[in-house]
Amino acid sequence: MSHGVHDTAQARFAPGARVRVKPGRPERIAPMHLRTPHYVRGREGVVARALGRFPNPEDLAFGRPGEPRILYHVEFDQPPVWGEGEVGDTVLIEIFEHWLEEA
Amino acid sequence: MAGTPLPESVELLDKLVAALKRRGVLVEEDIARCQTQAERAQPETGARMVARAWLDPEFRALMLRDGTAAAEAFGVAMAGAPPLGVLEDTDRLHHLVVCTLCSCYPRAVIGYPPHWYKSAAYRARAVREPRAVLAEFGTVLPAGVQVRVVDSTADYRWMVLPTRPAGTEGWSEEQLAAIVTRDCLVGVTLPVAENARIAA
Repeated sequence: MSHGVHDTAQARFAPGARVRVKPGRPERIAPMHLRTPHYVRGREGVVARALGRFPNPEDLAFGRPGEPRILYHVEFDQPPVWGEGEVGDTVLIEIFEHWLEEA
Repeated sequence: MAGTPLPESVELLDKLVAALKRRGVLVEEDIARCQTQAERAQPETGARMVARAWLDPEFRALMLRDGTAAAEAFGVAMAGAPPLGVLEDTDRLHHLVVCTLCSCYPRAVIGYPPHWYKSAAYRARAVREPRAVLAEFGTVLPAGVQVRVVDSTADYRWMVLPTRPAGTEGWSEEQLAAIVTRDCLVGVTLPVAENARIAA
């Protein structure tokens, strides 16, 4: 399958879509390489845009061929994530589609 | 910079390189090429890109649309490098780049990251209390400016396009590039016109 920065045609979420990061912590059960930070697991954010399609790093890290997945920029309000901070400040994070669900 | 590597580290590296050569994974020229490329990557490249973007609206548009192409326009070899994304600061928005998971950094256009960028303290604090971290770098944002922390978690590498400071009207591209430091390019500091006057 093709991949790259321009390969966003199959993106499930459009810019502005409200999404929730899956709350799981599968690395507690088995060794894993996950690029989704803990601090946004289960949190709601807004899709800024699709950034492209890239081989899934969770497979690449173990020497398996990575199936290309859509990568998004997702923006989160900062205060709800940390319970502190200034209203209006945000955190923008690259998150793969299989970690996101509709909010 | 780091000190002299431990003898056992050097020995381990020699063994690894020898094994990779034996298996045909790499040849000496590959190592030399990578070293040349790494040494050529310096913050001056990113600084020149910013200065050009301040002066040339077309280049600015290209840089924001396709950072990789903008870097290539400055002679940076981007083939095989992660795509470069450029974050546009405005009068209302300031970007701060961190990699909480490891040390992702736009090396192709800034060179190697400083030690603090890779420290657990910066990685933990930049994302949680960005304004306190900025203050420790001496950066106080004007009232009404929002902070957007960019956690570099995956395939892109991110650099900041700061706003052009007041007092730089009529400056040349070289003069402008001189006030864009490495720290400005990840958003921990802001370019200041005074820096160049002292340097000039």
